[in-house]
Amino acid sequence: MYRALTERLADWGIVAVLWAFRIAVILIVVVGSVLTLVKGTYTRDQWIDLAIFGLSQGGIYALIALGYTMVYGVLRMINFAHGEIFMSGAFAGYFLATALNRAGTLNANPVLALATVTVFAMAVSAGVALLVERVAYRPLRQAPRLVPLISAIGASFFLQYTVRGLFGPGVYAYPDILALQGEWIIFGVGILKRQVVIIIAAVIMMLILYTFVMRTKIGKAVRAVSEDREVAQLMGISVDRAIVVTFALGAAMAGAAGVLYAQIFRQVNFFMGFVPGIKAFTAAVLGGIGNVPGAMLGGLFLGLVESVGPSLFLDGLGIVAPYQLKDAIAFTMLVLVLIFRPSGILGERLVTKRA
Amino acid sequence: MPLLASNNVTKRFGGLVALSSLDFEIEKNAIASIIGPNGAGKTTFFNCIAGFYPVDEGEIVFDGHPIHHLRPDRISHLGISRTYQNIRLFANMTALENILVGLHGELRSTWIGSVLRTPGTQREEETSHEEARRILRFAGLQGRGDSLAKNLSYGDQRRVEIARALATKPTLLLLDEPTAGMNPFETEGMIAYIRRLRDELGITILLIEHQMRVVMEISERISVLDYGGKIAEGSPDQIQRDVRVIEAYLGRGSAEQVLEESVDAHPRGASTATFDG
Amino acid sequence: MLDGGRQEPMTTREIRLDIVRAVRIGLLGGIVFLYLTLVGLVGAFSERPLISGFISLGQTLLLLSMLGVGYVTARLLGNPSAKSAAPQGRAIFMSSLAGFISGGILAMLVIIGQRIDVRDVFVNATTELYQILTFGRGLPGVWLLPIVSGVAAGISAAASRLPGKIRSPIVWGLASVAFFGLFSSLFRTILTGISPGLSPFARLFFAPGEGLTPGGAAVFLIFAAGAAASRRLGGQTRVAKAIRSKVAANPRLRWLGYALLVLVALLLPQVSGPFLSQVLALVGLYVLMGLGLNITLGFAGLFDLGFVAFFAIGAYTMGLLTSYGPQGLVHISFWVAAPIAMLVAMLGGLFLGMPVLGIRGDYLAIATLGFGEIARIVVGSDFLAPWLGGSQGIIGIQKPCVGRLGPFVAEGVPRDCFGLELVGPQSMYYVVVAGVVVAALVAWRLREGRLGRAWMGIREDEDVAEALGVNLVGTKLLAYSLGAGFAGLSGGIFAVLVGSIFDSSMQLFVSINVVALLIVGGMGSLPGVFVGSLFLIGLPELLREFSEYRLLFYGLALIVMMQAKPEGLWPSATVRRELHAGEEPTAMSEAGANPA
Repeated sequence: MYRALTERLADWGIVAVLWAFRIAVILIVVVGSVLTLVKGTYTRDQWIDLAIFGLSQGGIYALIALGYTMVYGVLRMINFAHGEIFMSGAFAGYFLATALNRAGTLNANPVLALATVTVFAMAVSAGVALLVERVAYRPLRQAPRLVPLISAIGASFFLQYTVRGLFGPGVYAYPDILALQGEWIIFGVGILKRQVVIIIAAVIMMLILYTFVMRTKIGKAVRAVSEDREVAQLMGISVDRAIVVTFALGAAMAGAAGVLYAQIFRQVNFFMGFVPGIKAFTAAVLGGIGNVPGAMLGGLFLGLVESVGPSLFLDGLGIVAPYQLKDAIAFTMLVLVLIFRPSGILGERLVTKRA
Repeated sequence: MPLLASNNVTKRFGGLVALSSLDFEIEKNAIASIIGPNGAGKTTFFNCIAGFYPVDEGEIVFDGHPIHHLRPDRISHLGISRTYQNIRLFANMTALENILVGLHGELRSTWIGSVLRTPGTQREEETSHEEARRILRFAGLQGRGDSLAKNLSYGDQRRVEIARALATKPTLLLLDEPTAGMNPFETEGMIAYIRRLRDELGITILLIEHQMRVVMEISERISVLDYGGKIAEGSPDQIQRDVRVIEAYLGRGSAEQVLEESVDAHPRGASTATFDG
Repeated sequence: MLDGGRQEPMTTREIRLDIVRAVRIGLLGGIVFLYLTLVGLVGAFSERPLISGFISLGQTLLLLSMLGVGYVTARLLGNPSAKSAAPQGRAIFMSSLAGFISGGILAMLVIIGQRIDVRDVFVNATTELYQILTFGRGLPGVWLLPIVSGVAAGISAAASRLPGKIRSPIVWGLASVAFFGLFSSLFRTILTGISPGLSPFARLFFAPGEGLTPGGAAVFLIFAAGAAASRRLGGQTRVAKAIRSKVAANPRLRWLGYALLVLVALLLPQVSGPFLSQVLALVGLYVLMGLGLNITLGFAGLFDLGFVAFFAIGAYTMGLLTSYGPQGLVHISFWVAAPIAMLVAMLGGLFLGMPVLGIRGDYLAIATLGFGEIARIVVGSDFLAPWLGGSQGIIGIQKPCVGRLGPFVAEGVPRDCFGLELVGPQSMYYVVVAGVVVAALVAWRLREGRLGRAWMGIREDEDVAEALGVNLVGTKLLAYSLGAGFAGLSGGIFAVLVGSIFDSSMQLFVSINVVALLIVGGMGSLPGVFVGSLFLIGLPELLREFSEYRLLFYGLALIVMMQAKPEGLWPSATVRRELHAGEEPTAMSEAGANPA
C-alpha cells in the first residue's frame, strides 16, 4: 500500500521535474531575450557580429559533426576519438602552413596555399582515423556496446598525449594569412572576411560530402550499410570497405574543420579537440544522429545559439559574465534533445519495439 | 464473466495496422490458443495485454479491471504473466536468480532491510529461496538452479522462463510459442506440463502456437488471427474445417483439397498437419 | 608449414616469404622505435636509472622493444617445436633481420637529424637524444643501433625457442628486476618506514635516488629465477599445493589471510610516509566512488559519465558546512557534515535520475556527461561565485576532529579541537578506509538482496524485469541515488583531505576514471573495484615522474584491455562462473529432463 503510494509519487515527481525543465528553459529563453532586447545593451552591429561568428563556429561544428553522425550510422557507435582526429588535422595544417609561410608562399598565393594546407590536413586526419579504426574499433565490432566506447575513450587519450609528446604541450601560433584580414562591408554591415570565408568553405565541403554520399556508388554503399548491415552484405557490399570509407570521409571533414578552426582562433594545442568534439557531437544529436543533413543543420544551429545565446538569454536576466556559460548552453541543448527528442530535429521517430 | 476480454482493440505502428478491432475473450481456468500466419499480430496482442504497448483504440479488461493503460509492473501484480517468443531470460544470472526476480513483486523487504540484515528481511530471503527452489522442482529443473541461464540447454531455458513467470503467482499465463524449437518428445512433455499448470495450479493459459499438433491437442478454444483481425474462433474441430483459416495459411483455393485429404486420411478427424509458418 | 617434425628442405619461395614477413615486422618495429623515441619516452625515461650506473630506464625501454621485435618475429615464423637446428637457426636469423631493420630505421632518424633540425616539428629530436641513441658516441656510433637491435632480437628469438623450464626463470628473473627497479623508491621508503635501522639494509638493494644497485639487481634476478625454476621443476609444488588446499578448505584460515591483509592495509600509512599515504588515500577515495558507480553501472547497468557531479556535490556541501573561510555557511563538525553531504548527493542523484530515466544506452552516457559538464561550468561560474567561490572555490575547510561532534568556533580559530585532530594524509587515510569499509558492506548486502537482483534484472533486460513486477522508476532512482551517495561521501572526505574544493576538481576526467576503473577491475565485481583503482589510480600516482605520459599509457591500457580482457582483471563471480562453465558437475542428469 505504502509502496504503491511512493510509486505514484515518483511518477508524478518525474512528470513534474520534466515539466519544470521545459518551463524553465522556455522562461529563460523568452524572458531573457525580451529583457535583453529591452535593455538594449547590444547594438544591431554587435548582434550581427555575434551571429556571423556563431555561424562560422557552427560551420566548423557541422563539419566535425558529419564524422560523428556517419560513423554512428554505420557502426552504431560514438567515436569518442573524433575530436582528436580534428586536432590531428589542425596540427598537420599548422605544420604545413608554417613551412609555407617560411617559404613565403602562404601570403603570395593564399588561395592555393590554403587549399594545399586543407588537403594535407584532410589526408592526415583520414590516415589517423583509419589507423584508429583498424587498431581500436575493428577487433571489437561484435562486443557489447560499452566495450568499444571505452576503447574509443582510450584512443582519445592516446592520441592527445601522443601529439603532446611528439609536438610539445604548448600552444602554437598559426601563421596569419594577410589576405583574410579585415572586413567586407555587406549591406552596410562590417563582417570579418575570415569568418565569411570559413562559412562559405564549410558549406562547400558539406555540399561536396552530401553529393558524394547521395550520388556515388560508394556513398550508396555507405548508406546501405548504415541502414542494414546484414542485408548490405548479402547484396555483395564489402562492409569493411564501407566502414573505412565512412571513417575516411568523416575524418577528412574534421581535418578541414581543423584548418578552418585555426583560421579563427589562430592557435593549435594538443587538447584542442576535446570541447569542439563534444559540441560537434551535440550538433550531430541535435540534427538526428545518423542523418547527414541533420548534422549540418545541427552544427550551424548550435554555433548560432552558442554565440548569440549567452548575451541574448542571460544578459537580460542579470547574470554576470554570461559568456562563461556558453558551453553550458550547448550542453543544455544536448541534454534537452536527448531527454525530449532523441531522434533529433530531422531524425526519424524511433519506435520502441519491446517484445 | 470472462477472465480476460479485449474489446475492439486497435494498435497501429505508423501506417501499419497491427491489430484491428480485435474482440477476444478467455474464461477462467481455460486453455486457449491464438494462432495465425506470421505477422498476424499475435505477439503484438500479447504485448498489448502485458502493457508493453498502449492500445490506440478499444480496451482490455482483466477480471473486471481495465488494464490497457497500466504499466507492465502493475499488470504483473494484477496476475498476468508471460513468456517470450525468443527466450528472454536474464542470461548472466543463474536460473535460481531468474526465478527470484520473478518473486520480486511478492516480496516486501526493502533495501534498508537488506543493508541492516533485519531478521524480517533474512527470514524473507530464506523463504523466497525455498520458494524459488520449489518452483524449480515443479518445473523439473532441480539441481540446475546455480547454472547461468545462458549455459542451460534450450529446453531447460524455456522451462526456466515459464518457471520465472510462475513465480509471479499469475492467474493468467501468456505463453508465446512455448514449443518452438522442440523435438516431438520435448513437445509432448511441454503439453503435459501446460496441462499441469492449469489442473494443479488453476492458472488460465493463453497460448500462441505454430505447431498445430499442440494447438489441437491442448486447446479448448482456438482463435485465429490474420492481418490483425480475428477471422475464426471455435473448438479445434471447428477450426480445422474452417475454410477461412485454411486459406489464411495455405492460400485461396486450397481449402477444398485440404479438407478432402484430411477427412480421407484421418477418419477420426484429428488433423496432424503441421502448418509451420 | 607441413612439418610436424619432418624436416623438409626449404624452398627458395618459402625463404622469400619469411624474409618478406621479417622485413614487414622490422618496419613495424622501426615505427614503434621511432614513436617511443619521438614521443619522448626514451628521453624522459633515460633520466631514471633502472640499475644504478648500469642501465637507464630509457635504455631498458628500447631494449625491451628490440627483444619484442625478435620474439614476435620468431613466433610468427616457422615452427616453434621443430627439433632440428636448421629451422631454428632460420627463425633466429629472420628475427635478427627484423631487429636490424628496426634499429636501422631508428638510426636513420639520427643520421637525418644530424643534417636537418627537425625540432620544429618533433620537439624531442634533440642532440641529447641522439647521444642516448648512439650510446654516447654521436654520429660515428650510429651503427651500433641496428647491430645491437639485431643481436637483441636474435637472442630473444633464441630464448623463445628454449624449453619453458629454462625460459620461465629467465623471464621471471628479468621481470622481477624490472619491477623492483621501477618501484625502488617505494620499497626503500617502506623499509625505512618500518624501521630506520633498516635503512642501510635497504641501501644494499635500492640505490639512492632511483633504481637498484647492481648487487641488488643480481640478488632479485637470482632469487626470482630460482623460485621460478624450482616451481617448474616441481620440487615445491606439492608443498605449495598442500598449503593451498588446506587454506581453501579451512575457512578460518582464509579469514586469517583476509585479516592479515586488512592489518597490512591499516598499518601501511605508518610506514609509507606522507606522499604514499596521500596516494593510498586517493586510491581509497576512488574505491569509494567506484563502489558507488558499481551500483549504478555495475549492478543496474545505468551508464553515468557525469558521476563526478555527485562527488562535487558532496565536496561543496562539506565545504559550505565546515569552512571557516568566507564561504562557510555554518561551522559544524565533520562527523555531522559527512552524512549531510551524503544525503545532499543522494538528492542530487535523484534529480539527475528523474529526467534521464527514459534514455538508454550510449545516449544515456552522453546525457549524463552533459549534466556533469553543466554542473561544472555553472558551479565555477562568476554567476554563482558569491556562494560557491567561482573558480577560487571554497577554501579553509576545517580538518576533522575526533572527539568533537558539535560546531566549532568560526573564523580563523583553527585549533579548538580538544581531541585528536586529523591532519595530513596519514590520519585521513583511516577515515577513507572507514568509509570504504562501510560502503563495501552496504554494496555487498544490497547485491545479495532483493534490490540487487532487481537491478541486475534491469541491467539484463529491463522490459522483462518490468513485466515481472519490478518498478523501473523507483528501482532506477534508487540506483542513481545510492550510487551518488557514495560519491558524495567520497567528495566530502576529499574536501577535508585537501582543505579546499574548486571546480577544476570536477573534471570529466574523474568520471571517466571511475568508469574505466570499473571496466578494468570487472563490472559488478566488488574486489574488481579495488583492483581497478590500484591499477588506474595508484599506479600512475606512484610512477608520477612519468606524469606527462601517464595518460598515454592509460589510453593504451584501455584499448589493450578491451581486446585482451574485457571482463576485467577480477571479474564478478557470475562472469567467472561463465568462464568455468565447462567444469560444472555432471549431477545435471537427465532425471529432471521431463517436466511431466
